Amino acid sequence: MRLADSTRFALQAIVSHRLRSFLTLLGIAVGIAAVILLTSIGEGVHQYVLSEFTQFGTNVIAIAPGKVKTGGQPPSGIPTTARLLTMEDALSLKHLPNVTAATPLVWGNSEVSGNGRLRRSTIYGVDADFPRVFSSSLNVGSFLPRTGAGSPRAFVVLGAKLRNELFGDVNPLGARVRIGGLHFRVIGVMAPKGQFLGIDLDDTAFIPAERALELYNREGLVEIHVAYAENASSVKVADAIKDRLIMRHGHEDFTITTQEDMLKTLSNILNILTMAVGALGGISLLVGAVGIVTIMTISVTERTNEIGLLVALGARRRSVLGLFLGESIILAALGGLMGLSLGAGLAQLLRLVLPRLPVHTPWSFAVGALVMSAVIGLLAGVLPARSAARLDPIEALRAE
Amino acid sequence: MPSLPSANQDLIELSQINRTFYLGDSQVHALRNVNLHIASGEYIAVMGPSGSGKSTLLNLIGLLDRADAGTYKLQGDDVTTLDSDAQAQVRSKRIGFIFQSFHLVPRLTAAANIELPLTLAGMPTAQRATLVVQALKDFGLTDRAQHKPNELSGGQRQRVAIARATVQRPAVLLADEPTGNLDRITGEEVVRLLEALNAQGMTLIVVTHDPVLGARARRQIKMEDGCIVSDSLSSSIAT
Repeated sequence: MRLADSTRFALQAIVSHRLRSFLTLLGIAVGIAAVILLTSIGEGVHQYVLSEFTQFGTNVIAIAPGKVKTGGQPPSGIPTTARLLTMEDALSLKHLPNVTAATPLVWGNSEVSGNGRLRRSTIYGVDADFPRVFSSSLNVGSFLPRTGAGSPRAFVVLGAKLRNELFGDVNPLGARVRIGGLHFRVIGVMAPKGQFLGIDLDDTAFIPAERALELYNREGLVEIHVAYAENASSVKVADAIKDRLIMRHGHEDFTITTQEDMLKTLSNILNILTMAVGALGGISLLVGAVGIVTIMTISVTERTNEIGLLVALGARRRSVLGLFLGESIILAALGGLMGLSLGAGLAQLLRLVLPRLPVHTPWSFAVGALVMSAVIGLLAGVLPARSAARLDPIEALRAE
Repeated sequence: MPSLPSANQDLIELSQINRTFYLGDSQVHALRNVNLHIASGEYIAVMGPSGSGKSTLLNLIGLLDRADAGTYKLQGDDVTTLDSDAQAQVRSKRIGFIFQSFHLVPRLTAAANIELPLTLAGMPTAQRATLVVQALKDFGLTDRAQHKPNELSGGQRQRVAIARATVQRPAVLLADEPTGNLDRITGEEVVRLLEALNAQGMTLIVVTHDPVLGARARRQIKMEDGCIVSDSLSSSIAT
């Protein structure tokens, strides 16, 4: 029997029981819609989080003092036996091949006063390479100047929000600002950068790292961040950094985390989350599949006569199997198609109603949902179709 | 088309056929050592009380059932041991079934019901259409072609069933109580149709309870308890 004919025959059987078929495929449709909607939300969150992290550029490597195997770093303030990362370490990394910029990083929280106002902000101790490593830009003035070895001048660059809070409309350039017990002169204001996972990136002040060490009474840097050329391999650059620091420190007493690794790990975690919510939707899909098994079993019983007839007219067992399997697959695939439009439609609606909730339906999910529903149809149809193909034609023809 | 049998060759040749059913603990010998030779173009009525094995014989000839012992040759080919696909092929090309309750597919039109064996055989659409149009014309169903079975009278339904059984031009037509569900006049019409097909050379085997219908056949086979008890040519033709 030709495929087109089998398909038509199966479709006619489905159409002959309109309501019943519709309800059955509705079961699959609801399941597919749930899977599509939930995974769309999961995928949206995935993309949102990743874009939050990649706004600083993806070709960044972070070096933290102390060798940790699990990630993270010892909490600041608690003394560790690890050898510290120094300003000299940071300087030495700037000259490695493929490294475009490297900045030391020290941070803390201090009171900032200027223009007669006071505000508690996050203070970053960095050097002139900071804007290049973190792809940030200036609004007014200039960033911290490049300095040789020795004590840098007491300059500060304000974040956009801190500038507004302290100076309002007044031009802050050249103004004096006190941070903790130290005095600084404002030489620039950063362009607004917005929020990162709910942390305000504009309520900040940037001062030279040496000054920050002094301010927070620290011996070593919290981290060093290195940016490398876009076309360079992160593994090679990380290896070069490792070799250089081992040469300087004698052994590996630091931890290198490439942005790539971190994003990969993060992406994996988010993928698992997406799959988990998808699996929740899968439960309703399972119920839909049971519906198909039920209706196909009823259909085989009702059409026992017809099956006997088909065999008498020269149908092979395989053709009978194919007809009922085809019916089940078409039923599920139609349900999948309906569920897909339902799920994607709901996702779009959600986007309109809740614009802040990131929702995204990738094509691969849509195609996957259709394939999945067809596979469900196939699996659900196997049992009833096999019992149809195994019927004794004489008994089948005699049945009323 | 299957090769035509030579004049001295039988269309159907059953020798030492046995068929036993098991119903719980009891054995039922539906057929016992049946030997039967049927030549091409014969018109045979198989008669006997219920449970005499006549339906089993028909199912066996139609390859819906298998013999436990014995051999069955159809047009000289031994079809006893064919596998189920090969048997399906034989049913498709050489055997036509007509049932008491018509067995039309209710959701298909008369034309689609007639087309069904051709569809199952995988014939190309254009070729199918020609054959169906011809069959509809032959059986006077042209104006009913697009009607569903529930919109047809009993006689029309059986005509659709006969058209379906003969659209592949089978060598043998097997009819199991073809008039059982019809009134006398419509039944008479259907029988005349079958006899006309037989007159064109198609072998016709009718299983029936009805002695009047049975008497019209040229050869009558009477069965009892799984055995053929008499096999006679009709007196009107024998003399």
